[in-house]
Amino acid sequence: MPAANGVLVVAETERGGLAPISAELLGVGRTLAEVLGGTLTAAVLGSGVAEAASALGELGADVVLLADSPALGEPGVEAALEALTPLVTQEAPDILLLGHTPDMRELAARLAFRLGTGLTTDCTALRVEDGVLVMTKPVYGGSANAEFTVPRARPQMATLRPRAFRPAVSDPSHHAEVRHVPVEVGAAVRSRVVETVREEATTGPSLKNAKAVVSGGRGLGGPENWHYVEELAASLGAAVGATRAVTDAGWVPPGLQVGLTGVTITPDLYVAVGVSGAVQHIAGCSGSRNIVAINKDPDANIFKHARFGVVGDYKQIVPPLAARIKELKR
Amino acid sequence: MNIIVTIKQVPDPDIPPIHFKVDEAAGKVVPPPGVAPVMNGYDANALEAALKLKEAHGGRVTAITLGGQEARDTLKRAVAMGADAAVLIDDPNLREGDSFTTATALARAIEKVGEYDLILCGRQASDTDAGQVPLGLGEILGLPTISPVIAIESTNGGVKAHRMIEDGQQVIEAQLPAVMAVSSEIGEPRYPPLRGIMMAGRTQIPVWTAADLGLDDGSAAPKVQLRRLYIESREQACELVDGDTPEEIAAALAQKLREAKLI
Ligand SMILES: Cc1cc2nc3c(=O)[nH]c(=O)nc-3n(C[C@H](O)[C@H](O)[C@H](O)COP(=O)(O)OP(=O)(O)OC[C@H]3O[C@@H](n4cnc5c(N)ncnc54)[C@H](O)[C@@H]3O)c2cc1C
Ligand SMILES: Nc1ncnc2c1ncn2[C@@H]1O[C@H](COP(=O)(O)O)[C@@H](O)[C@H]1O
Repeated sequence: MPAANGVLVVAETERGGLAPISAELLGVGRTLAEVLGGTLTAAVLGSGVAEAASALGELGADVVLLADSPALGEPGVEAALEALTPLVTQEAPDILLLGHTPDMRELAARLAFRLGTGLTTDCTALRVEDGVLVMTKPVYGGSANAEFTVPRARPQMATLRPRAFRPAVSDPSHHAEVRHVPVEVGAAVRSRVVETVREEATTGPSLKNAKAVVSGGRGLGGPENWHYVEELAASLGAAVGATRAVTDAGWVPPGLQVGLTGVTITPDLYVAVGVSGAVQHIAGCSGSRNIVAINKDPDANIFKHARFGVVGDYKQIVPPLAARIKELKR
Repeated sequence: MNIIVTIKQVPDPDIPPIHFKVDEAAGKVVPPPGVAPVMNGYDANALEAALKLKEAHGGRVTAITLGGQEARDTLKRAVAMGADAAVLIDDPNLREGDSFTTATALARAIEKVGEYDLILCGRQASDTDAGQVPLGLGEILGLPTISPVIAIESTNGGVKAHRMIEDGQQVIEAQLPAVMAVSSEIGEPRYPPLRGIMMAGRTQIPVWTAADLGLDDGSAAPKVQLRRLYIESREQACELVDGDTPEEIAAALAQKLREAKLI
């Protein structure tokens, strides 16, 4: 077994600040570093990201590797991959963690192949056992869990499912040793982002962090009925989500898809309307504290995950439910 | 434009959860009797995208699978849908591998097929749910890789892909050849026409082994090891709310939510 060289996490920034996944990475990273007895290092890559360094220190990083360069300011992962590869080779961590977010999961997989090591993506639990990292990951759409190890190659790599790990708590008195990392990015960029199209922000709270979410499924029958979902969401002050059946059909934008290949959410209240509860959908909402299902099929799988259920036609139930909730909230 | 599509045969992802069983000792899924494996959904989307590009710009579409002999059925389906050729990689030493093994074998097979402008994969296989193989192919072959892709346009000399990000999409220009991992938003796969099904019956599918790919030296040995496969039940008892009228049901449910301090 190679000597433990600690845990390295690759933090992520958004709009200048740290993305929430960074605290989740440091939370589990700290636990693993303690078991292994090594340091916890956070790398942050980007342009104008120096301020993130102190925030990472407050979140418990012992060392922060700051790769701050205009060359890393462009969207796309190619430059980040060029910058990260020598950094990881030099640090030689025992464990390397990234978020399972659109950019980081690409970066992680390419890095794993480049370094010739093993990666488990979309992990929901991590622990050290017999000196090796055991990575738990849902497979078969979430029907089963698999535990993987990387017996020989190093680093042992994992990407973390967002909102599946408890974030580290910020402690303003904790400081990290910050090291600046030189960034050399070659000109050999073979793909280039020429345009970024943002979806119009939907009204109401954002899906990812909402306390309450109302999702609609194919059972709605068509886009003309989507207003039922929106009305119920408005009554609850909830964000709106959808199943893949609905986003693939183009009733609502892909960004609203909840599930394995969509967003993972953990609201206090999740109301599923006309949703069958396929495993791949449940994978994205099973962390909800309370699931409420409205479905006309009493055998629908969603009821196996719901705390409260109504068997019936949503068209009959949703309007009076929205009205009653509004009354109660008044 | 010559396109290679990597296609995996997978257990039907739509089987009801009660029929999903694993053999913990063997670390394997027990296929439910009478349910045939299927073409991985995102690979069917990738094949559809390849066929559309071929229809617009000409070229050849080749489907490649790493799997057992039963995976021939999936390759036949690919030919029936419109692929011009299919290759099966079948070797016991490669079949039990991980993403590294699979990407290495597919990369060697792609090099052996030869001329290609675009490699289309699915964004993830519905059994592994890993999403690693396309990125691995990109690394091994030294090609730009884009994932997940929801639209592809051919430009003169290159290709433009629309990549999904959290709150929208990026339009990415890439040099060819390139690897793209396709998502379902790109469009529903076609059903194989009768003519295609007849054609598929006659198509020869070559089988390549690890030795044929120069991989009989263990260089594609897995990096990752499965330690345990198990089902974790998270089912809970559901309290069904009932009443004589929809208004009554709605009021009762709202009351429950209030008592649970959810509103
Ligand atoms: C690899 C892979 C990844 C996937 N990723 C995702 C993902 O991230 N997210 C996701 O959601 N899916 C995902 N899926 C798809 C998933 O398997 C299901 O196909 C999908 O979730 C079904 O959506 P649905 O519940 O809206 O539709 P259906 O399964 O068609 O269910 C519709 C439900 O509506 C009910 N209904 C009909 N009419 C009414 C009415 N009038 N009133 C009340 N109820 C009614 C029906 O009883 C039924 O239960 C994935 C699949 C695969 C293979
Ligand atoms: N055994 C295989 N044969 C052919 N293609 C595969 C195989 N495994 C994975 N792929 C391709 O790689 C994609 C992602 O797979 P994975 O990385 O396992 O999630 C799939 O959608 C396929 O296009």
